[in-house]
Amino acid sequence: MEWGSLQNFIDMGGYGLYVWGSYLVTLFAIAIEIFSLREK
Amino acid sequence: MRFWKYSTPQNFYPAAKKIAAVFFVLALCFGIPGLYIGFFVAPTDHQQGEAYRIIFIHVPAAWMSMFIYVVMAFWAAVGLILNTRLSSMLAQALAPTGALMTFLALWTGAFWGRPTWGTWWVWDARLTSELVLLFLYVGFIALRASIEDPRRADKASAILAIVGVVNVPIIYFSVKWWNTLHQGASVSLTKAPSMASDMLLGMLLMALSFWMYSIAVSMLRVRKIIRDRERNSGWLNN
Repeated sequence: MEWGSLQNFIDMGGYGLYVWGSYLVTLFAIAIEIFSLREK
Repeated sequence: MRFWKYSTPQNFYPAAKKIAAVFFVLALCFGIPGLYIGFFVAPTDHQQGEAYRIIFIHVPAAWMSMFIYVVMAFWAAVGLILNTRLSSMLAQALAPTGALMTFLALWTGAFWGRPTWGTWWVWDARLTSELVLLFLYVGFIALRASIEDPRRADKASAILAIVGVVNVPIIYFSVKWWNTLHQGASVSLTKAPSMASDMLLGMLLMALSFWMYSIAVSMLRVRKIIRDRERNSGWLNN
């Protein structure tokens, strides 16, 4: 898969909102879970 | 090796830390190539364009949401039948991660449904039964939280977990039993997968990564639960 440019990658063929809206929320949720379980 | 040695919280506590470390590494070992294939190898879908790339987290989250529930109910049942504390602690540790996976399956599903179906949400059998799964996890956590004595909370929540298992096959077979907007399974044990091999490989690697991650965070959480529930027993402080 050749994206050509970073802009194309972010744009996701016009579906950027949906793709990144899914991935960023997933990343955020995982970050919160790991942070909440840190051991002092 | 005496396996049963690890069935007490006291002996499991240090082991859980090692297990968590190993499975975090495994999660990365599957997740990094999984994402690479998902974004840089797998081709554009001829019907859905790039929107389909949500599959690499949607399907793993949905699989884990169901699988974790079954494992949670299993340990809850073992705790109920054998009266082993660690089993109930494992069930307790799995619930928040299961709830998170269910939330992510619903969330990414909404973000996938909007561009492909034209709606964020529809009350079809697959989506509704997955929402019921989220309520079962939340109910399990809330029921535990409402009972002060942890051993009584173990028993009460175990009953809820066991009864709720009936929902899992309903989710899985909902796309066959009812006419749903959600598509049927692309991957099953009985027939060849109906998707491009690079897409399938990326999805399976991500599913393994989610699985390893779930084990790792559950181990960290069971340590937290052990610290909380055993704080007065003395062995933790020395």
